[in-house]
Amino acid sequence: MKNSRLSKKSSNGSHALSTTIVTNGHLTHRDAKPVPANQRQLKFGNKWSYAPAPESNSFVQLQKRYDLFINGKFVTPTSKKYFDSINPANENKLAEIAAANAHDVNQAVTAARRAYEKVWSKISPRERAKYLYRIARIIQEKSRELAIMETMDGGKTIKESRDVDIPLVAAHFFYYAGWADKLNYAFPGRTPRSIGVVGQIIPWNFPLLMAAWKLAPALACGNTVVLKPAETTSITAMHLAQILQEAELPDGVVNIVTGAGETGRAVVEHSDINKLAFTGSTEVGKLIAKQVAGTKKKLTLELGGKAAHIIFEDAPIDQAIEGIVGGIYFNQGHVCCAGSRLLVQEGVYSTVIRKLRDRIATLRVGDPLDKNTDIGAINSKPQLEKIRSLVQSGVEEGAKLEQSSCPLPRRGYFYPPTFLTDVTASHRIAREEVFGPVLSVMTFRTPEEAIERANNTPYGLSAGVWTDKGSKIFKIVNKMRAGVVWANTYNKFDPTSPFGGYKESGFGREGGLQGLLPYLTLD
Amino acid sequence: MATLLSSPKRLDVHKTYKLFIGGKYVRSESGHSIPALSEKGKVLDNVCRATRKDFRDAVVAARAAFGGWAKNSAYLRSQILYRTAEMLQNRREELIQELIRSTGVTRSQAEKEVTLSIDRLVYFAGWSDKYTQIFGSVNPVASSHFNFSTLEPTGVVAAFLPDLPALLPAITLMATTILSGNTVILIGSERYPLPIVTFAEIISTSDIPGGVVNILTGKRSELVSHAASHMDVNAIVNAPEFRNCIKLCMKAACLI
Amino acid sequence: MVEERATALTKRSIKTTAKLAGLKMAVSMMDLTTLEGKDTPGKVAYLCRKAMQPADPQYNVPSCAAVCVYPNLVRYAKRFLGNSGVHVASVATSFPSGQVPLKIKLEDTKRAKEEGADEIDMVIDRGAFLAGEHQKVFDEIAAVKEVCGETHLKVILETGELLTYDNVRLASQIAIEAGGDFIKTSTGKVTPAATLPVTLVMLETIRDYFYATGIRIGMKPAGGIRNAKQSLAYLVMVRETLGDDWLTPDLFRFGASTLLNDVLMQIAKVVDGNYQSADYFSLP
Repeated sequence: MKNSRLSKKSSNGSHALSTTIVTNGHLTHRDAKPVPANQRQLKFGNKWSYAPAPESNSFVQLQKRYDLFINGKFVTPTSKKYFDSINPANENKLAEIAAANAHDVNQAVTAARRAYEKVWSKISPRERAKYLYRIARIIQEKSRELAIMETMDGGKTIKESRDVDIPLVAAHFFYYAGWADKLNYAFPGRTPRSIGVVGQIIPWNFPLLMAAWKLAPALACGNTVVLKPAETTSITAMHLAQILQEAELPDGVVNIVTGAGETGRAVVEHSDINKLAFTGSTEVGKLIAKQVAGTKKKLTLELGGKAAHIIFEDAPIDQAIEGIVGGIYFNQGHVCCAGSRLLVQEGVYSTVIRKLRDRIATLRVGDPLDKNTDIGAINSKPQLEKIRSLVQSGVEEGAKLEQSSCPLPRRGYFYPPTFLTDVTASHRIAREEVFGPVLSVMTFRTPEEAIERANNTPYGLSAGVWTDKGSKIFKIVNKMRAGVVWANTYNKFDPTSPFGGYKESGFGREGGLQGLLPYLTLD
Repeated sequence: MATLLSSPKRLDVHKTYKLFIGGKYVRSESGHSIPALSEKGKVLDNVCRATRKDFRDAVVAARAAFGGWAKNSAYLRSQILYRTAEMLQNRREELIQELIRSTGVTRSQAEKEVTLSIDRLVYFAGWSDKYTQIFGSVNPVASSHFNFSTLEPTGVVAAFLPDLPALLPAITLMATTILSGNTVILIGSERYPLPIVTFAEIISTSDIPGGVVNILTGKRSELVSHAASHMDVNAIVNAPEFRNCIKLCMKAACLI
Repeated sequence: MVEERATALTKRSIKTTAKLAGLKMAVSMMDLTTLEGKDTPGKVAYLCRKAMQPADPQYNVPSCAAVCVYPNLVRYAKRFLGNSGVHVASVATSFPSGQVPLKIKLEDTKRAKEEGADEIDMVIDRGAFLAGEHQKVFDEIAAVKEVCGETHLKVILETGELLTYDNVRLASQIAIEAGGDFIKTSTGKVTPAATLPVTLVMLETIRDYFYATGIRIGMKPAGGIRNAKQSLAYLVMVRETLGDDWLTPDLFRFGASTLLNDVLMQIAKVVDGNYQSADYFSLP
């Protein structure tokens, strides 16, 4: 609304009236004069502070040591070697995790092959479905326990593990359970068949959710699995193994081998694996692609990203700010589809920056188990160092650093919500994936420029656009070279919706009807 | 006292079979009932003879429930149907006994029918969040506009059930109609109405909201006409008697 | 997205000391309200006494900010409250519909002010707003503010009749530009009354106005806020949208009647550790 349209009739009807209000018997005085422009700061201080509200973890029983899950049983690794799993929020050791070597991986693949030939490929699809439904239900029943473990092991906030990760885990199993006996409808006129033994390697940013993304469609389609969790976040995967036992899933249908690079390599190189699915960095993804080239293995990759998040002048700015915050600070920015390149149309640039600055002042960084924490711990020390060095490069290359002044805990790996202005497309911070709570802000003038800048990256996993004009949304969405484009929202996930990348962000889709394809051959 | 306690024959307490409308068990407003006969013709119990007004009440309840039920996410509807399968699994034995008592089938036939019914609920639960992905489409129109087709629930459905099997068709019709967001009025078999009324007890203890599934018993010949002439019924399925079916189609056709 | 953000704010977990401080703050921000056709001086006496001393002194609860009544009852409220510091707020401008000529609205306001009202809660003409006559809405508010003079003016938008968030934002802008000291969601006579998403949109409008002019406008959600937990959610929203400066009765009020005793019961629960019974808390 333009103020000029509405003239003020009243001569003294101004806001600057000196009005007194009596409260609690004391007189207080309302501002007699407007606050001068240079002092118009919102104050997010301690007038009313929230007391600590930690989620109780007293009923969560972590084991001292986690073994490998092979052929339905927990077995010690042949090397007898274990490595520590650290709580990144306080650097305490949580448990010891078994390190699987090539021999263990071979045991797992053998078990998976036997289970595939003897059991899983023979039972009716309807029964397969019912196993998956059972798993989904047990996950729902143990949801809080799993959420707490996820938070302790990975550093993500309890708010997110409780409200996002674990519900989505259950939803994925539930959704794909339903597909198990409907595959003929998904691909009419074709005969879908399972592939065999699938090797799956998953990342540390959404440990249990990534396990669900991988396991649910693979099992629904009738395959058996060897799964390797990330070495910093193996605990919930091993508790999932217990859930699979409880659900009476036949032995060997799912095998879980923990370990670092060596374990992963053994999975990739094993000759009796029919299909590989990897989610992780583009760097490792390229290595895997090279390894698999020339073999008969099918491959899908879900890799890094550097998503453009476009804010047009006609966007609902307050809502867009929420989208920006959710886009980059969700899960400490450990999200491959994070909206890490903010492209703001020049006309609203100063408004967006001001609102973003005020908004990140209210974000609470700290104990991930506190229900009021918005940003938890960075997953590991090396990751924290990587974030620091990339931000440093940005500053050295001339970008302006804006950081929330919130206090950080003294122990543990933490990084405050950060954004960088005066960034150009040539800055390293605008091109490389940070995988942390760091946003690079750039500007554009026209929709065409926005599209061009958004696509100017080797990645192509996701993108976001904010505008009140429906036609503009369709125009942008059609020209965006990204697997997922969110309009007037960001970081929304659903098992029914396919997810995956263009270009160096990978190939293949996970989720939705399309997510069945990597796990089937169609005759 | 002593004679009572030692008496070998204890008098059973019989269940009153009522209508199930809007999540509540109600008697017919008419106060009329009809006997439910066993396969051999023995009177087992009495069931309500639903009238035109009872049918109207069921439509009002189904219409009121429609908005909220259709607005739920497909995922939630899917979970609620799955929960119904869980409840049926839990009360499997009760349904088996009711089928044997009412329709005279063998135990193994009854077991098979109930087991199939449970699995069918699970099967259709899975369709709730999938059918639109198969039947919906984005249409490649030639001009510069965006065009897509999606499926929507039709509204209130009246479903007439066949005499036999006495349970499986009821569950199939119920699941297929409500999985997409419709609400339904199931009209039980006049010959074997007892299993479906007992099934209503499973619905009412599941998470299906009141009014989404309504169950009437009575004279099919009367209720067919009520359903066909009621202007707020959006669809009628499976009137199992051919003669009535023709009549019904003609009547419905006159109203369009 | 508005609703998502509002829901996210309800997930803040307010415990122990923060809860006690928040609940006491909520009491100090309350406009204890009775707006019924059957109101009498007797009923207003109950209300005023309750506003002055909400609970047993051992709980150290502050008094409410104001009582809110119809114009006819202002003089009684004024008499009962004396110099307790609790304000008298009066609805005016043909509350709740606002469907009378401007002249009568101004008379209504003038009389309430003369009877001793410290604050005027006016209603906007929603019919005019929805018909696109924004200028008329603006002029009426400005005229009422002129009559109010130093008397504090709260402008009721009746968001339940405006229906869209865009309308709420526009009406908020008009009310603020025309001279309202506070913007207020609802009369309490229309459902829905105050909701968190609508309040968020109004707080965002207040924030934009502060950025542009440096003037702080107040906010009053009214109607439908019935329990302590809800009231804390509103305070969380204010704290995280506008910051510390707005956490004062000068700039934030609750319009409520049944809310007070639920808040008091929660205060007693925090202090004593026991869940409470309504029998131990006096009716307003």
